[in-house]
Amino acid sequence: MTTRRLLVAGAVLIAIGLVVWGVGALVTKQPAAAPAVVETTTPTETAHITATLFYASSDGRALVPVKRDVPLASGVVEQGRQILLTEMQAAPAPYIKVIPEGTTLRAFYVTDRGDAFVDLGPEIVRTHPGGSLNELLTVYALVNAVTANLPAVQRVQLLVDGREVDAIAGHVDIRRPLMRDSSLVRERDANQDSKVKSEKE
Amino acid sequence: MTASLRIARATAALAGLFLIALPLLPLAQDNAPPYSVLSRDGRRSIPVVVNGGRELVSVDDLASLFQVTVRGDQLAGGFTLTYKGKTIIASADKPMASVDGRLVALPSPVVQSNRRWLVPVEFISRALGPIYDQRITLRPAARLILVGDLRVAHVAARIDVSGPPTRATFVVTPASKVTASTEGGRVVLRVDADAIEATLPPSATGLIESIHLGDQPDTVIVALTRAAGPARVSASAADNATRITIDVAAAPEARPPVSQSPTPSPQPPAPGGESPAPLQLSGRTMQTIVIDPGHGGDDIGVKGAGGLQEKDIALDVARRVRSLIESRLGLRVILTRDEDKSVSLDERAATANNNKASLLVSIHANGAPSATPSGAEVFYDRLDREGEAARRAAAEQSVSLPIIGGGSRVLEIIPWDLAQARHIETSETLAGVLAEELRKVVPMSQRPRQQAPMRLLSNADMPAALVEMAYLTNGAQEKEAAKDAFKNNVAQAIVNAVARFRSLTEDRETQ
Repeated sequence: MTTRRLLVAGAVLIAIGLVVWGVGALVTKQPAAAPAVVETTTPTETAHITATLFYASSDGRALVPVKRDVPLASGVVEQGRQILLTEMQAAPAPYIKVIPEGTTLRAFYVTDRGDAFVDLGPEIVRTHPGGSLNELLTVYALVNAVTANLPAVQRVQLLVDGREVDAIAGHVDIRRPLMRDSSLVRERDANQDSKVKSEKE
Repeated sequence: MTASLRIARATAALAGLFLIALPLLPLAQDNAPPYSVLSRDGRRSIPVVVNGGRELVSVDDLASLFQVTVRGDQLAGGFTLTYKGKTIIASADKPMASVDGRLVALPSPVVQSNRRWLVPVEFISRALGPIYDQRITLRPAARLILVGDLRVAHVAARIDVSGPPTRATFVVTPASKVTASTEGGRVVLRVDADAIEATLPPSATGLIESIHLGDQPDTVIVALTRAAGPARVSASAADNATRITIDVAAAPEARPPVSQSPTPSPQPPAPGGESPAPLQLSGRTMQTIVIDPGHGGDDIGVKGAGGLQEKDIALDVARRVRSLIESRLGLRVILTRDEDKSVSLDERAATANNNKASLLVSIHANGAPSATPSGAEVFYDRLDREGEAARRAAAEQSVSLPIIGGGSRVLEIIPWDLAQARHIETSETLAGVLAEELRKVVPMSQRPRQQAPMRLLSNADMPAALVEMAYLTNGAQEKEAAKDAFKNNVAQAIVNAVARFRSLTEDRETQ
């Protein structure tokens, strides 16, 4: 009898132990206070995101980052297209657009390695005004606009008419993917508005 | 029975304690080697713990290393990191963070353990980097975190001969001034760089006990064994790499002190010497200069409002440079085009490479999106990731061939389209000399010397620079550039720069 009671007591204890262990494991596996996902870019009612685009400063010497509304798109690739299409539109005053008028975006895609490909129409070569500074501003406005807004992209390969080319205007080497370059970027003047609404609005 | 009940009660009590203590147990963690955080302030380390195969760092450590403020929010189950008004918000078990309003993906979730917040190492570059006022670069292979724009030298060390004498070789890229000193049974190599990224042998042999990084971010320590005698340090320079050789002899009897004055090799950069890395001209004296008038034919380049075309002024000035160099310096000058015709960038570089030119100077006029910018600028090439890799590969895979009369010649293997990779430093010098000479005669822009990925220069297998004489988009500059006086001044400045550069390089070679 005594032995039976001991066995029963032992079995009960083991069962309690297992339950305790199981509950403990569950407790540790679940976050103590499961937080809500940090929503940072909550879609606005007009379904836009605020992107940093790059234009020439009013004196034409440097690139200036300008926050503009860009249509919200699903996925990195489509969002990248929207960013580039906005970058190619007219610059908000007092900045100067550095992508030649009439330039088209043939395609945009991103590889698993974090390289983005920006395929531009052939007119960018024909209409580019030339000069090392002009060309650097054009190239890095595109490269910086993509890398500044799409964290998944580390480098940007510019293509013209679907092909790798030497340069847009004979100076800047675009045969290989380019990384973001801040050396041409100058923060805007303090008295200038930090956010310029899209021309469409 | 009483005893059995006691045992049962004790077991139950232990189970209860286990239940209470369970949530307080830390996550299973292993320690991993710390990361080194390099900045201009020095080298510091940040501990790393491994959880689930991922390397994590404590947010508290980030707070002290990067002067950021961290505030935990137990209710929300996350933390907020603040730096100069910008914030990062992260939540437990989420592989992402909100960085100044943008979501950034992390390779593994944020973890809370023992009331400490742990984040993947990549958090430093992906989340902290974008809001920090200095560039933060993560180099996982070297376990380095670089803060700021640091000049990082790569040091590859190996022990060639176990000996005795024991010989170790250190290849420093890019070519840097290296100072060697001996102290307390060790040789200290100090590289003229902000930080060192090293590939060191895991174990040493012969008279060398170990090779490791020093406490200072720019030093490598070669510790010698008790049986070591004098250490002889010599240096030689291959293009864009400095090669240091340390020969350690055995002590004759009892261990004598290590030589206090290492014998420098006759070639710069001599350890302990003051001279900077040598200018390289591949052992040739200057004989041929290639001048490249930009654009041509259908490619007019920039056109000023007054009608002046870049292709025309470039050719005009190039011809003036040619006649001045030939008459004054007695050097052979080749123009990549001597008429108004279209020449591809590859053909221009090939002209310079095939003629084994000592220098390539490309002549252009600039254009800006507004009429404001003015002044001359000089560009030299900037390597991208592939270019840097090619430069290192060239330094490491160089082949040393014996030559008639003794000595050896180093052949480097480098892709054609990255030929400029091993001339970057000398091209920087050339660009600087050109800017200085131009400044004497023409207005300079706010950035007289610039580095950019320049298509023509990247294929040039010699020191090369591109001169932008003036902005044709600036009305006053366009008028000025059309004048003979301006063109003569620019041509004269280029010739003076070539002469100065020649004396610099030839002085080096005679040292």
